[in-house]
Amino acid sequence: MGRASPFRRRARRALGNPVLARNVLRATDTSLAHRREVVAERPDWEDLRERAAALRRHTLARLDRYLREFAENARARGVQVHAARDARAAARLVSELARRKGATRILKAKSMATEEIELNAALARRGFRPLETDLGEYIVQLAGERPSHLTAPALHRSAEEIRDLFLREGVIREGTALPRDRRALARRLSLSARETLRSRLLEADLGVTGANFLVAETGTVVLVENEGNIRFTTTTPPVVVAVAGIDKVIPRLADLGILLPLLTRSATGQRAAAGVSLLSGGPGERHVVLLDNGRTRMLADPEDREILACIRCGACLNTCPVYRSVGGHAYGWIYPGPIGALLAPLLRGRGEDWELPFASTLCGACAEICPVKIPLHEHLLRLRARAARAGRRGIGERIGFRAFRFLAGREDRFRLAARLARRMEGPLLRLGLLAAWTAAREAPRMARPAFHEMRGDHGPAAS
Amino acid sequence: MRIALFVPCHVDLLRPGAARAAARVLRRLGHEVRVPEGQTCCGQPALNAGYFRDFACLARRLLDLLDRDEPDAVVAPSGSCVAALRVTGPRHLGLSHPLLDRLYEFSEFLTRVLGVTDVGARFPGTVTWHDGCHALRGLRIREGPRRLLRAVRGLTLVEMEEPDECCGFGGTFAVKMPEVSAALGERKARAVAASGAAYVSATEPSCLVQIEGVLRRRGSAVRAVHLAEILASGEGGDGG
Ligand code: SF4
Repeated sequence: MGRASPFRRRARRALGNPVLARNVLRATDTSLAHRREVVAERPDWEDLRERAAALRRHTLARLDRYLREFAENARARGVQVHAARDARAAARLVSELARRKGATRILKAKSMATEEIELNAALARRGFRPLETDLGEYIVQLAGERPSHLTAPALHRSAEEIRDLFLREGVIREGTALPRDRRALARRLSLSARETLRSRLLEADLGVTGANFLVAETGTVVLVENEGNIRFTTTTPPVVVAVAGIDKVIPRLADLGILLPLLTRSATGQRAAAGVSLLSGGPGERHVVLLDNGRTRMLADPEDREILACIRCGACLNTCPVYRSVGGHAYGWIYPGPIGALLAPLLRGRGEDWELPFASTLCGACAEICPVKIPLHEHLLRLRARAARAGRRGIGERIGFRAFRFLAGREDRFRLAARLARRMEGPLLRLGLLAAWTAAREAPRMARPAFHEMRGDHGPAAS
Repeated sequence: MRIALFVPCHVDLLRPGAARAAARVLRRLGHEVRVPEGQTCCGQPALNAGYFRDFACLARRLLDLLDRDEPDAVVAPSGSCVAALRVTGPRHLGLSHPLLDRLYEFSEFLTRVLGVTDVGARFPGTVTWHDGCHALRGLRIREGPRRLLRAVRGLTLVEMEEPDECCGFGGTFAVKMPEVSAALGERKARAVAASGAAYVSATEPSCLVQIEGVLRRRGSAVRAVHLAEILASGEGGDGG
C-alpha cells in the first residue's frame, strides 16, 4: 500500500486520541438530541424545509440581482460595500482598514468567512492580534488551533482540557477552586472567560464580524448569537466591518421567518437564538466585504450552485458518522463534514481536497437532516465522478474498474475470477495482505459452494 | 407471480444462504421463483467510486438479463444493489430500463407488493434490526422489516441505540479508509451488544459482513443473520 492520503493520516491521528473521539461524539450527540426535541415541536418542519429550499434555490438563481439590490440598499444607508474576488483580496481589504484606522484593539465575532480568508493570519502579519469574542473561538485562538465545527469551534475540546488551557494561559489563576462536575465546570469556565473578555469588550477601534444573512430588500446584515458578544463587537467600536460570502444574500426581511427557526433549531437545538442583530447602516462607519472566492464559479454550474444554499447550521456534521468519529480537523480545512467535503474541493480545490468526497460512506444521513434540503450525499457521489473523470484517482483505479467491468461483462469470466479469488483467499489472509480489512475485523470467507454452484430445490438449478 | 431472483455477486459469493432463503420464502408463499442465468455484478462498486460508465454498462447488461423472461417482479436480498439500479442510477446518469418499475428489495416486495407480514416463520431468539443506509434512505424501508420480524413466532425484536446509523461498510470505503470504517463498525457492534440481542439482522448482506467482522473480532457471541434467513426458518422450512 502506498503512503496514506492526507485525510486518512489526519483521521488516524484523530482516532488514536480517545479523548477527542469522546468529546466529538458527546457534543454531537447532545446537539442532535436537542435538535430532535425542538424539531418535534414543529409539525410544519417539513413544510418549512421545503419553503426554505425553494427560497434558497430562487435566490441563487438570481443572485446577481439580489446582490446588486443588497449593495444599493446598504449604500443608501451609508454602508461602504466592497467586493473581494478571493480570500487574499478580502483579507487585504480588512487589514488595510485596520491599518488606516490605526486600530490597535480589534474585536472579532465568530465567523466562518473570516476563517475562510485566514484573516487572523493576515492581520498578524501586519502586527494586529484581534480578540476573539466568541467563547469557542476564544478557546481555539488560545490553543493555537482552528475551529473544528461550523457552529461550535471548540467542540473537540472537553471542559477538562479547556480548564487546563485556561490555567496555562492565565485566564484562571492557579489554585482557584473549580467544580469537578463537568457541566458545572463548563459553566464556570465560560464565566471566567467572559470576565476576562468583558473589560476588553468595552473599548475597541474596529469590530469584525461575519454574517448569517444579508437582506437585499433593506441592505441589512443579520447576525445570530448566543453570548452577547456580537452586540459588543458591533456597537463598541466606531468602525465595523462584516465579511460575508455572496451566497448569504436573501431577498426579504420576512424570509428570516423561515430561515431563522430552521437555523437555530438545526444548529443548537434552540427554539430561537439568544440574540439576533439586524444591522442596517449604523451610527459609526460600516463596511461590508462581499466575498466571492470561488462562489461565482460554483454558481455557474446548476448542480454545484445547489450546494451554496447551505446556511452553515452544522447539523450535517453532527449526524455524519465519519465526522462523529474523526472530528473536524481531519478534513484539513475550516469547512468539515459532508458540506465541507463539497466546499473544499469546489471552493479551495487543492488536490487533497478532492479526496474528501470519498471520505464518506454515502449513508445519506446528512441529506436527511439538512434544513435546506441539499442532497449532500448525491453531490458527494457527483464529485466522485468528477474526480474520477479528471483522472484524480490514479490510473490504477481506472484500469481496475475497467478490468472489473470486463470480467463482470460475461458470466464465465466472472465465475473464473471468483473461483481464483476463492483459491487465493486463504494464502492472502495468511500473508496478511488483506490487512486493510483484517486489522480491525474478521474477514468474511467466500462460500463453498457459492449460490450459483448449489444444486437442489433452492439453488439456481431448481429454476 | 412469476418472480426472477436477482442474486447480487456479494450474495452469491459471501452469503448464498440469503438467496436460498429468499427463494424459499417466496416459493412458500406460492410464487414461481426463477434464477435467471448469467448474473454477475450490477456495477454498484463502480458507481460508488465514481466510474459511472463502467457501472452503466454492467447495470444494463444485468437488467436486460433479468428481464429476459419478462417476470412480474425481480426481487433481490440486498437493498444497496436495488437502490443503485432504481434510485441512484436513474438520478445520476439517467439510467432507465423498463424493468426498474418491477425491481424490489426482498422485504419491500413482501410488505408493499404482496402485503404480507406473517410468512409463517419460527425463529426462537432475540433479534435487533440494523437499518442499512441504502434500504432506509434510498428505498424508504424502515417499518416493513420490523413488522415482518414481529410476526415471526418465538422472535423478540429489541431496538439498539441508533439503529439507523451507518455501520461503516460503504463499499470501497471499507478498505480505502479502513480505520474510519472500523471505528464506525465498532460503534455499531457496541450498540448491537448493548441491545442484549442474540442476533443482529439486516436486509443488506454487506452491512452484515461488516458487523459480523467486528463482532467476531471482539469475540462476541452475537450472530449476524439476513432477514430472509430468519423468515425462511421454522415449520414450513426444511432447515439450513
Ligand atoms: S449543508 Fe445543510 S445541514 Fe449542512 S451545514 Fe449547510 S445547511 Fe446545515
